Amino acid sequence: MADLKEQIGKLCPQAQFDTEGEFLLITIDDAQWHPLAVSLKRELHFDQLMALVGMDWGEALGVMCYLTNTESGDIVHVKVSTANRETPRLHSVSDVWAVANYQEREVYDFFGIVFVNHPDMRRFFLRNDWVGHPLRKDYDASPEKNPLRLDDETNEDYTCSWVEDDKGNVTKKHGLVFDFDEYVINFGPQHPSTHGVMRYRVSLDGEIVKKVDVVSGYIHRGIEKMCESLTWPQTLLYTERMDYMAAHINRHCLCLCIEKAMGLEVPRRAELIRLMMDELMRLSSHLLSYGCLTMDQGTTTAFFYGFRDRELIYDIFDRTCGARMSMSYSTIGGVVADVHPDFVNDVRHACDVIEKNMKEYHQLFTGNVIARNRMVGVGTLSREQAVDYCITGPSGRASGVHCDVRKTHPYSRYEEFDFDEVTRTGGDSMARYMVRMDEMLQSIKILRQACDKLEQEGIQGEYCAKVPKMIKLPAGHWYQQVEASRGAFGVYIESDGDAKPFQKPYRMHFQTPCFNLIGVVDLTCRDNMIADLITITASIDFVIPDIDR
Amino acid sequence: MEVKKPKIKSMKYEDFKDNEYIEDLLAQLNASGVNVVVGKADQLLNWSRSNSLWPFCFGTSCCAIEFMCLGAARYDMARFGAEVARNSPRQADYIMCQGTITYRMAPVLKRLYEQMAEPKYVIACGACTVSGGPFKNSYCVVKGVDEIIPVDVYLPGCPPRPEAMFYALMQLQRKIKVSRFLGGANRKEKLTYDPEPCLE
Ligand code: SF4
Repeated sequence: MADLKEQIGKLCPQAQFDTEGEFLLITIDDAQWHPLAVSLKRELHFDQLMALVGMDWGEALGVMCYLTNTESGDIVHVKVSTANRETPRLHSVSDVWAVANYQEREVYDFFGIVFVNHPDMRRFFLRNDWVGHPLRKDYDASPEKNPLRLDDETNEDYTCSWVEDDKGNVTKKHGLVFDFDEYVINFGPQHPSTHGVMRYRVSLDGEIVKKVDVVSGYIHRGIEKMCESLTWPQTLLYTERMDYMAAHINRHCLCLCIEKAMGLEVPRRAELIRLMMDELMRLSSHLLSYGCLTMDQGTTTAFFYGFRDRELIYDIFDRTCGARMSMSYSTIGGVVADVHPDFVNDVRHACDVIEKNMKEYHQLFTGNVIARNRMVGVGTLSREQAVDYCITGPSGRASGVHCDVRKTHPYSRYEEFDFDEVTRTGGDSMARYMVRMDEMLQSIKILRQACDKLEQEGIQGEYCAKVPKMIKLPAGHWYQQVEASRGAFGVYIESDGDAKPFQKPYRMHFQTPCFNLIGVVDLTCRDNMIADLITITASIDFVIPDIDR
Repeated sequence: MEVKKPKIKSMKYEDFKDNEYIEDLLAQLNASGVNVVVGKADQLLNWSRSNSLWPFCFGTSCCAIEFMCLGAARYDMARFGAEVARNSPRQADYIMCQGTITYRMAPVLKRLYEQMAEPKYVIACGACTVSGGPFKNSYCVVKGVDEIIPVDVYLPGCPPRPEAMFYALMQLQRKIKVSRFLGGANRKEKLTYDPEPCLE
């Protein structure tokens, strides 16, 4: 950390440092932020913007940016703020890290912070006639301000940006989303192939896609705001309802983050159980994406195969957690109950069955000439683009990025296991699909080792640490990442240390993998056929509530 | 006037726990002077209608995954004649509303409902559609779809198990079986919306 501090100090003498927390914190004025961002990326190879968290500290509005160096794994975070609450403005870094484009639109939507030089400052989640910015602490939530409107929303045809000239004067400018003579069709929000309620406006030239404008927010449920009025254990509930195909994993992440903040030691056996649940969840998720990807290309049989095997995993969840979905199993300090006595046998059985059936899946679909024609070389994402757009998970690894959090920053005993990080170099739809299929085999490998370990450590035993009734966190902020089914899932929590009458999070932010994935839809679909849009989005595989939260 | 227990041949009264709604429905029919003894033609209609309910694929979030399980091999919705999930509202008989409805989605849902052909039914599936569920306190979540469209069957759970979804489906079937389509229409709700915008 000291090294980094010195190097960054040389790049930007005005920066202030804080080495107290888990990562190096750099505080900087907005005026120096953009130059610093450029040199951080160029000189120190901080090539990925992991998270950009909007903040309202009461007297100031600002952002926290988590940066990572994909080669060394170093993480730093930068705090930029402005005291102007009336017309808050910060400089955009969307030209440095492409992922910042949508991230900054989110911050604008929630906090009203305008990013100067951002190409397209429209709202991202809320209706365009929404009044106010909900995550501000002074937001007026009265239903009169924003009633349930049943009139149709108008399409936004103009972008809006604040541009700074050489003298530092900022002017508001408008641009066009689509040119007047472009042929634009609407796709969604209610369309079976968008895998949820997502809307694209697609500009076409014949059958070739020219541009995709993503209109998101049809399932934006305001989770982050609601978390601010709950106690820490209560907030766990929402993690499972964002990416429901990674329910255990997301919940695990928030538990880890709160435990880290509390300094709580979790029993090793509980960590093992959590790990097993995570891998089961990953299997179930990849099976679902196999089913959906195949169905989107017209192979209904393969869909049934995928779902048949998922039921085995659901049965395991059902027996141990008491529910098929939304299991609410991890909790602060461990897991809520011990595993079912047959747990290990069930897991072994499921592993055997799925491993055997994998061959069938490949016979049925992978070698199929239609599947190959539609997926090989379609929707290619290069390694540089994947890093720039912070694409993680199977989609990132298909482009050759080593981004498996289980390997780069191991948590919950993953370092004890022998498994491979599956990567490919193609970056096309086929590569993404194959990474998922191969990852299932790795999950099975992990699960088998975990079964042995669990047998050694006791099929029944200690599963939860002693946790105080009232959970209080000291003032501060923490960030935790785990490898969810679709990529790196991060949780940012901030506590103000105030505990009367009970402690609520000051801010909670979920950095979901699918949010970044949606950023490359335009990039990957351009110059492909409109029918390929379905294949590409299915192979990228997003869960819409995970985008919208 | 005392309400007679509705008799449905294939679905016995005693087999169901929730019968109030069906009694309410009968009381309503009786009160408005509709003959409850359903004619033979009606029986035929009801039989065919209730055993071939085509759902409209409308899933916004978590509950939709359980609905997909319904369609898959283990639960096999085809046993109820309800496996033909339609992607167009114009071809569907009922809409099983799965998942949270947000303010942005509300006008879309309303329009989709309006596009369905009569007779049409709605099952509110999951806590979110019944009341807002875990997101009741949110600034942009509709607190129950019945604020926007009329609901026939409420199905709690977060998410409901597939078995529960079948139960809801069967309740809907019963409702259809006691209805009388020929002669007096028993659908009491007046059109509350303006049908004009649909014509665009
Ligand atoms: S009821 Fe529960 S499972 Fe269903 S959509 Fe709402 S949160 Fe998800």
